[in-house]
Amino acid sequence: MTSSTESGLLLKASGISKHFGGLAALMDVSLTIHHKEIYGLIGPNGAGKTTLFNLLTGLYSADAGTITFDGINLSGKQPHEVTQTGIARTFQNIRLFANMTALENVMVGRSVRTHAGVFGAILLNQKTRDEERAIRHRAKELLIYTGIGHHSQMLAKNMSYGDQRRLEIARALATDPKLLALDEPAAGMNATETAALRKLLESIRLSGVTILLIEHDVKLVMGLCDRVAVLDYGKKIAEGTPTEVRRDPAVIEAYLGGAIA
Amino acid sequence: MSDLLTHWRKFKREPYAVWLGFALIGFALVLLPFATDAAMGRSWVRILDHTLLYIMLALGLNIVVGFAGLLDLGYVAFFAVGAYLYALLASPQFDLHLPFWTLLPLGALVACMFGVLLGAPTLRLRGDYLAIVTLGFGEIIRIFLNNLNAPVNITNGPQGLNMIDPIMIGDFSFSRTQQILGITFSSVHNYYYLFLALTLLIIFISIRLENSRIGRAWVAVREDEVAAQAMGINTRNVKLLAFAMGASFGGVSGGLFAGFQGFVSPESFHLTESIMVLCMVVLGGMGHIPGVILGAVLLSILPEALRYIGPLEEALFGRVIVDPADLRLLILGLAMVLIMLLRPAGLWPSPVQRREFSHHDES
Ligand SMILES: Nc1ncnc2c1ncn2[C@@H]1O[C@H](COP(=O)(O)OP(=O)(O)O)[C@@H](O)[C@H]1O
Ligand SMILES: [Mg+2]
Repeated sequence: MTSSTESGLLLKASGISKHFGGLAALMDVSLTIHHKEIYGLIGPNGAGKTTLFNLLTGLYSADAGTITFDGINLSGKQPHEVTQTGIARTFQNIRLFANMTALENVMVGRSVRTHAGVFGAILLNQKTRDEERAIRHRAKELLIYTGIGHHSQMLAKNMSYGDQRRLEIARALATDPKLLALDEPAAGMNATETAALRKLLESIRLSGVTILLIEHDVKLVMGLCDRVAVLDYGKKIAEGTPTEVRRDPAVIEAYLGGAIA
Repeated sequence: MSDLLTHWRKFKREPYAVWLGFALIGFALVLLPFATDAAMGRSWVRILDHTLLYIMLALGLNIVVGFAGLLDLGYVAFFAVGAYLYALLASPQFDLHLPFWTLLPLGALVACMFGVLLGAPTLRLRGDYLAIVTLGFGEIIRIFLNNLNAPVNITNGPQGLNMIDPIMIGDFSFSRTQQILGITFSSVHNYYYLFLALTLLIIFISIRLENSRIGRAWVAVREDEVAAQAMGINTRNVKLLAFAMGASFGGVSGGLFAGFQGFVSPESFHLTESIMVLCMVVLGGMGHIPGVILGAVLLSILPEALRYIGPLEEALFGRVIVDPADLRLLILGLAMVLIMLLRPAGLWPSPVQRREFSHHDES
């Protein structure tokens, strides 16, 4: 255990900036996420939320700023190394392995926690056999856990939209993350599906996984999150509990508008 | 009718039916060269030998193109590396005569290294760009082989290398007619069984890899590279591994080719060969091992069968009207166009589509 985990701090991003050509997508953004909390990230379209996710997960590299996760400096790390340290994510525009079954999708997620190499695969020794069985077992568990166990043999591309979102969560959980980063998981879901998703997220948090949530559904964010940060044009304009944020004049101005005030 | 079908499906799942199927196929494969020899002559047994070499090549390319989704147009380079390695180390060229059991793994290993060598600079490329670079790589290897006769003569240039040692295991020479249990095995028969054994080994390795953590990583990279990275897959290593494995199959096939022919020259490793092997993979069903084998068999046999066009024309019309060589290519091309139009996923694509309709779970 590092000192940062003892103090309850899981992720600390400080002074993050990112430019695309002349466009400043993120400007000097800092935030901290604590263990086992659900941290919401909201803001209008184009505010830079997804960009921040891409920086956290190593897909982009920041122009300035540092990210420390669980006591490890993430700068310069490749996406797969970030996953190794314990951040898993889903994508705003679903990115499943379309021509693999639901089960296989989740099994791929186990890859980062398993070891079989070429010789193990060819010889299929007892160790590899056991590992393979464990991978399959865990993948099935996660499908059932996320409520799509009955679709394990379905191709990902043929699943319903809501189920695909669940499958992405199952696949991300398969990497044994400490931090689960969800990019608009409720987008396109109806009220029933959103309610079920909320239950799922609460149960994931109870299992000890910290959640970073980008979401447009204000009701979901306000009901679920412990703390919320608001991004607007690449700047963090507010941070606090949902109640605090909801009362913040800058937030009302920029994003929530008349709908909340 | 549907009753019969369900019975057949049930029967197919029975373990003894599976074993029966394997036994029948095995029996047929053992008898095949003798039946072919009797029915169609010795030259067709030689064609069978070549077919087996092509199956190995197609399965190797299938790992790169079919599993990992990396379009490789220079695959024949690894076949060339394997063949020349064997030729240089087992011929009068340097008066080296290494034994087969070292040459075979060495060929796989060196081809593997060439696979990584090609893979490393192309890691960021996909699709058409990758295709162009690999195409260039294939040509570079061939041109090197063509020109490495000066200032120091290594490959003997366009003349190629001659008098390559035939394959020997212990005292058993595959190029000699052998008497075993009173049965006469000619050279092409001996090679058939050797190639068959190695083809089966390569099929076995392909299947094991496909159903492993590594095979899943390959397919994940093919399906969505960014998502694969985000799932913790080191896509660089996974792609290099695909290039290396695919190349090693090519190297093995090349070594066998050199020992079998006794002669290699750069002529044999033209771009058209890469394209032919790619056609086998695509036509059969990319990423599906039985399909790829079928593709390799068809595209090895069909051009040979079309050699009968000349005699057929004479028999029908009394004289040759259209040049048989032209007609042969025309028919071959037409057949491929038709197959791809009618079955875009290949003749025998992976049955995932079917699998998803039967919602039962294996365990
Ligand atoms: N790869 C990229 N190249 C250029 N511009 C980008 C890229 N990714 C995001 N942007 C821009 O950065 C801004 C923030 O985008 P994004 O992070 O997707 O916003 P959000 O997820 O909050 O809706 C937008 O103006 C978007 O057009
Ligand atoms: Mg977004």
